Amino acid sequence: MTTTVDTSAETQTAEKTPKKIGVPKEIYEGECRVAATPETAQKLQKLGFQVLIEAGAGEKANCPDSEYEKADCQIISDTETLWKTADIILKVRQPLENKTLGKHETDLLSAGQTLISFIYPAQNKDLLEKLAARKATVLAMDAIPRISRAQKMDALSSMANIAGYRAIIEAANNFGRFFTGQITAAGKVPPAKILIIGAGVAGLAAIGAGRSLGAIVRAFDTRPVVKEQVESMGADFLELEFEEDGTGEGGYAKVMSKEFIEAEMSLFAEQAKDVDIIVTTALIPGKKAPTLITTEMVESMKEGSVIVDLAAEQGGNCEVTRPNEVYRYKGVTIVGLTDLPSRMANQSSQLYGTNLWHLLNDMGGSDGYKIDWEDEVVRGALVAQNGEVTWEPPKPAPVPSIHSTSTPGLAVQQAAQAKAASGFKNLGSLIMIIVGVIALTGIGVAAPQNFISHFTVFVLACFVGWQVIWNVTPALHTPLMSVTNAISGIIIVGGMLQLTNGAPQITQILGAVAIFVGTINIAGGFLVTQRMLKMFQK
Amino acid sequence: MLENQNLLTVAYIVASAFFILSLSGLSNPETSRRGNLFGIIGMSIAFVATAVFKVDSYGILIAVIVPAVIIGAVLAARVAMTSMPELVAILHSFVGLAAVLVGIGSYLKHEKFPSVAERNIHEIEIFIGVFIGALTFTGSIIAFGKLRAIISSKPLMLPARHFLNLIMILVCVYLGYLFINNPNGMTPLLIMTGIASVLGIHLVAAIGGGDMPVVVSMLNSYSGWAAAAAGFMLSNDLLIVTGALVGSSGAILSAIMCKAMNRSFISVIAGGFGSTGGSSPSSTEQPEGEVTPISVEETVHLLTESRSVIIVPGYGMAVAQAQHAVAEITKLLRKRGIEVRFGIHPVAGRLPGHMNVLLAEAKVPYDIVLEMDEINEDFPETDVALIIGANDTVNPAALDDPNSPIAGMPVLEVWKATFSIVMKRGMASGYAGVENPLFFRENNRMLFGDAKKNVDAILVALSEKNGK
Repeated sequence: MTTTVDTSAETQTAEKTPKKIGVPKEIYEGECRVAATPETAQKLQKLGFQVLIEAGAGEKANCPDSEYEKADCQIISDTETLWKTADIILKVRQPLENKTLGKHETDLLSAGQTLISFIYPAQNKDLLEKLAARKATVLAMDAIPRISRAQKMDALSSMANIAGYRAIIEAANNFGRFFTGQITAAGKVPPAKILIIGAGVAGLAAIGAGRSLGAIVRAFDTRPVVKEQVESMGADFLELEFEEDGTGEGGYAKVMSKEFIEAEMSLFAEQAKDVDIIVTTALIPGKKAPTLITTEMVESMKEGSVIVDLAAEQGGNCEVTRPNEVYRYKGVTIVGLTDLPSRMANQSSQLYGTNLWHLLNDMGGSDGYKIDWEDEVVRGALVAQNGEVTWEPPKPAPVPSIHSTSTPGLAVQQAAQAKAASGFKNLGSLIMIIVGVIALTGIGVAAPQNFISHFTVFVLACFVGWQVIWNVTPALHTPLMSVTNAISGIIIVGGMLQLTNGAPQITQILGAVAIFVGTINIAGGFLVTQRMLKMFQK
Repeated sequence: MLENQNLLTVAYIVASAFFILSLSGLSNPETSRRGNLFGIIGMSIAFVATAVFKVDSYGILIAVIVPAVIIGAVLAARVAMTSMPELVAILHSFVGLAAVLVGIGSYLKHEKFPSVAERNIHEIEIFIGVFIGALTFTGSIIAFGKLRAIISSKPLMLPARHFLNLIMILVCVYLGYLFINNPNGMTPLLIMTGIASVLGIHLVAAIGGGDMPVVVSMLNSYSGWAAAAAGFMLSNDLLIVTGALVGSSGAILSAIMCKAMNRSFISVIAGGFGSTGGSSPSSTEQPEGEVTPISVEETVHLLTESRSVIIVPGYGMAVAQAQHAVAEITKLLRKRGIEVRFGIHPVAGRLPGHMNVLLAEAKVPYDIVLEMDEINEDFPETDVALIIGANDTVNPAALDDPNSPIAGMPVLEVWKATFSIVMKRGMASGYAGVENPLFFRENNRMLFGDAKKNVDAILVALSEKNGK
């Protein structure tokens, strides 16, 4: 692979001087976030990086230049100088046309530089080509694989969390009533009812926010596994009487069958009449957002109800959503804002900056900085390098891969082996049964009556023991052992039977010794059991 | 001595019923003490009835019973809860010894039988009873020695040891044949007793320390079968019933332990864990990555910042005698409103249920001490899993790595908690000799050092924090 050679050369040259991180001002209209706050900038410096901030970059996120200066960042007023001097550019929004400069941001990027930002490579193929043409290395924060190790770098989750919270705040802002039920001197106020569709990160955050404002929250998701999470947040999980699991790759949902969608829609239609607020968060990666709330459903809602559509940017879950707009449709306020994280710019910049810091930390900091193709996280995020588009990464093997990835021939062989094994097992138990039958027949034919009656008692006692012992709670297994120990001291009865006048001297002596050791057992076993059981307290 | 066989039989039936009630009482801690009382009542009835109806020499009886009760009581009162496995093991050996003595004594009585068949059956019963008894006796003594660390807990690996065992068993069978067909079979009986004793020593010596829960429950089972065999030879149904109860109890415990280690009973009994999968531990992939150490202060910080904590104790906690400090930590954390629970693996410790007893001793309420199956699915919602002296029972390789020697063994899924903290002396592998990839996990922290010292330090730091 040529790429590995190149990157190692790159790291060698860079070892001496600290790498420079450049944070330009976001140019997307209305975007308030910034890729580094004074706090995260300081953390980046601890990794050995030098941090350059474009003048005014953090202003809208309540991070004035003076704060950055205090954090030892270099403030650079000229946009082009910043892009030129930095080794790594951290951004929030994907590169766009800079109107004041009259240049596209991609053109400011030069070969050898690294850009880390949201890119949305699936939707922005042209941009990807352009970036690759600049021969820059580009990491897409939105393409970081959703594995547990990468959770701390998962910027999509950070932003979704904020969006979910803000969705409730926006809903509250547009809703003319309390969320919490109250009984006041002036009368009773019923609590607001919120329906949340899609219990991903945003959905769960919305549940949390809605619950803490006192509303009754219900949530729906096609993936039954999230039921527990929903319930742990204090919401009711709505279920369809329909068996289908919507769990798709990487923790997202997949497209469901037609029958499922019909059942789902009738549930929503029913809920729409009842609830005051609907928050929809249903997204399927790389596809237009599914329509879940139809025009009729909106019309069936109570006057003054609110719908917050978090999927507005991807076309909306609600039929009447207008992206970037808040308007009233037949008495229902439809919130189609797409910039919810940006509306909490300070918070989201802080979280996004920390995600970036985690990523750079994992990539080795300034000294050990390396684009490691073997690293699943870096490889997942890497969308362009050395003039080539490297998106999309090879898919990781699905978890239960043993059977699905094996070749058909192998699978057949395995099946045959399994069959042979079970056949063998069956044969084994068959032999056991035959031996058992023969032994029992032998006993029945040869043994005297006296033995048979004892044998009956023995077998029945084994069954009783078997039944009784399975009921013993595992916590009491030690007391069980000591009490059975004591009980097995019943063998002293055997010794006692030998203490009869007719028995020879030696038998009596052996019997006495047996009684002695057996009694130690009985006394010790029962008493220590008693001692132990006394300790078990609630 | 009174003669009333029917009354004696009725007394035995009542005693058997009490024993069954005693065992079923153990299904729940609330009813367990009553269960133990039932056991004592049953035993007293059996003893008194036998003494009244069958014994002539009361002088001898009292002379042996009184000191034995005193010795037993002293043993029971003195034993530390951490030493319970040893006590149980040594008590098993007593039953085994008693079975041997009763068997030989019974043979020496030279009873008259109406038919050859009955005599033969009686002799087979004696022979089997003595065989099991001798095996239990020496096996339990070795188990006791291993648990006491008088004998090395490493498995003894003689060459061709399976072959040796087989030879010994075959010789015993042959001796049995001689014994039955010989009017004076004392010599074969005694030789067999000797061989069975050696077999018991060898069988248990070949089993390593971590498999002790299985061995102890297996010996428990044997001691029951020995009593049952004695019952057959003496035509005594009470002994048969009790022996069968105890025997099946031990067998079930062994089965539970084996299942918890995903190993067959035969493979445990055949001994030498690690040798059967000899090459595999070295050939499997070594986990990669770095371990992240953590200090006591940081641990305390993590604990106090969390909402729910699961503590996973292992044999290491028993060795370090840390259960009281752990209980105090639990109390302090619960005072802060943190949910603290314990997750117990079925084979944690050296005796089934050993951890539960230790925690109960330290006054941890039993309703927060949960079994693996009860708690495993709660780990994802847990903030901190604190692992004290457990290793193999929390090894993710058991689930992830099909080549691992412990593959398929159910384990406590501590790595699903937000953080797991492992208290450990160093990086040595556990009993199974398997590397633990848990230590290299991103969300795992290692608190190195002596478990007792660390637990005490955490306790001090916590109580200071609570004091503020």
